[in-house]
Amino acid sequence: MKLSYLFRRLVFLVIVIWTAATLLFFIPRLSPVNPIRERFLAIARSTGYLPTDLNTIIASFETKFGLDKPLPQQYVDYMRSVLRGDLGVSLMSYPKTVNQLIGEALPWTLGLLTVTTIITFLVGTAIGALASWPKSPQWVKGMVTPLIVLAAIPPQVLGLLLIYFVAFKLNILPMTGAFDPGDLPNLSITFILDVARHAILPSLTLVLAYIGFWALGMRGMGVTVQGEDYVLFAEHKGLPQNRVFYAYYVRNAILPQVTSLALAFGGIISAGVLVESVFGFPGIGSTLTAAIAANDYFVIYGIGFITILAVGVSMLVVDLIYPLLDPRIRYDRK
Amino acid sequence: MELAVPSKPQRLGPSHRTLVLRYLRRNKSLAVGLAILMFLILFSVVGSMVVDTGTLAYPLAVAPLQPPGAQYLLGTDKDGRDLLAVMIRGIILTGSIGLMAGTVGITVGVVLGFMAGFFGGLFDTITRWVTEVLLTIPSLILLIIIAGTIVDKNQVTIFTMAGVTSLLAWVGPTRVVRAQVLTMKESTYVSVAKLSGMGSMEIIFKELMPNLLPFLVASFVGQLMGAIYASFGLEILGLGPAREPTLGMTIYWAVFNSAMFNQWWWWILWPIVAMVLIFTSLSLINLGLDEVANPRVRRTE
Repeated sequence: MKLSYLFRRLVFLVIVIWTAATLLFFIPRLSPVNPIRERFLAIARSTGYLPTDLNTIIASFETKFGLDKPLPQQYVDYMRSVLRGDLGVSLMSYPKTVNQLIGEALPWTLGLLTVTTIITFLVGTAIGALASWPKSPQWVKGMVTPLIVLAAIPPQVLGLLLIYFVAFKLNILPMTGAFDPGDLPNLSITFILDVARHAILPSLTLVLAYIGFWALGMRGMGVTVQGEDYVLFAEHKGLPQNRVFYAYYVRNAILPQVTSLALAFGGIISAGVLVESVFGFPGIGSTLTAAIAANDYFVIYGIGFITILAVGVSMLVVDLIYPLLDPRIRYDRK
Repeated sequence: MELAVPSKPQRLGPSHRTLVLRYLRRNKSLAVGLAILMFLILFSVVGSMVVDTGTLAYPLAVAPLQPPGAQYLLGTDKDGRDLLAVMIRGIILTGSIGLMAGTVGITVGVVLGFMAGFFGGLFDTITRWVTEVLLTIPSLILLIIIAGTIVDKNQVTIFTMAGVTSLLAWVGPTRVVRAQVLTMKESTYVSVAKLSGMGSMEIIFKELMPNLLPFLVASFVGQLMGAIYASFGLEILGLGPAREPTLGMTIYWAVFNSAMFNQWWWWILWPIVAMVLIFTSLSLINLGLDEVANPRVRRTE
């Protein structure tokens, strides 16, 4: 029973990812812009020299990248190479491969977003749980509404607001970048401290932007657990408040939060897209926006593909771990 | 014989207006949200009557880079736009994009959701599958890629923005409406209606729609927020209407010209404040409406 469910779920995941990847393959091709021609024209504009045989050069590069073949053929070729784990080469930063580009940018995004997602989850869930706990002081209960309002404001706006007040007015933190310009990434203590200093504002932005989401979710669940018999029974048994709160109240209300956490990890890259451009942070989001501006097909496909993969896999994981977390849910039927 | 015209029943107790006011005092989120929204609407409506936004909000209208002062209340930007006019126009344009995309999203969502939920079958399977795929692709990334294919940014208008944003705005409403219709379909009043010989269309419009209405009104505010959020996400990357002074484009130009680095703080501060006000007001209204439409989530405080 269990296995057939897993199999069906896996097939569905593959179909969804394949459809999404197909969609992503064809959309950038709607643009009439030839990225290779644009690249050469940009070079020509900056050097003042336009090679006379430009069209031959472009044609030879198109042959090299396989862009001269008919689109369906390109699609089949690309899908084949993705199956082999090869995401192709970047048209703009050739001979760098897309795998290399992603490898350079991904650690930045993962570092920033993993840390902030965990902090946000813990703090937000704690606030939400306390806010729904009937014995909490009034000011704790009132905390959720402002946090929800904060969560509604786009992270880019919050980021600019923080840059304005903290980096520009107070001038105590750097405005943009992930490290001081002129430095090369290395593992010395000074460099790591510099990175941490640059990461404060982006992290704070993400925490402020998403904490309300967790608080709202947890408060909603807390309210449903409130009147449950087991909570009342634990109280009437005379258990200490702390124990009732943690072992009976929070533990039973936290399940949906855990699944949301798995989904949030799947959405890390798209969350990165929101803030990275504002802070000039060298992560996946910045790489993607640069690639879109230059029509760098294979980079767009590559980043799009790993994003979809992350979301799809996290959805699958949620489905599979849920019965383990909550014994009431079983996939025996249907 | 003359029929006695029944006199209009006398309303006992407080008038309608007092009741609304009393409710707003209890539902503070809704009251504050509506107040901010009223302020924004008044600011832009009165503003467009007083200020000639048609010229002043566009480049080369006034002296560039003037700080806020007596002549230019909010200052001017590098390209010679008067920022007061830009704010007035920007709030209207940004709001219009949201209204257009939000309306399309909810309308398409209601139609598709009803058809999928009520009639089921192949159409339902296709709808479910398409929405499932679209939910797997983060919508902003998809929108950025779509908007990136538009070559000439000068030809992008606010209608283009609304169009691009609506491309995905229907996905959420479709799923939610479908789920609602599925549960309502099983309810007793629909069974009774079916037994009494009502047709499908009659059931949809007379039984289901009225029950769904408060829910739709509440989710429309969410749609509005989502649409403004999405279009702003595109604009701040420079994928918006290059010629129009929407709030997002104003922020984009300010960042593009390193306004903060160059100490031109007024250029970037006003549009940010306007964005914060818009989202604060809409999310407070959303919270307040949630309480009206869904009494079960009445606040625990």
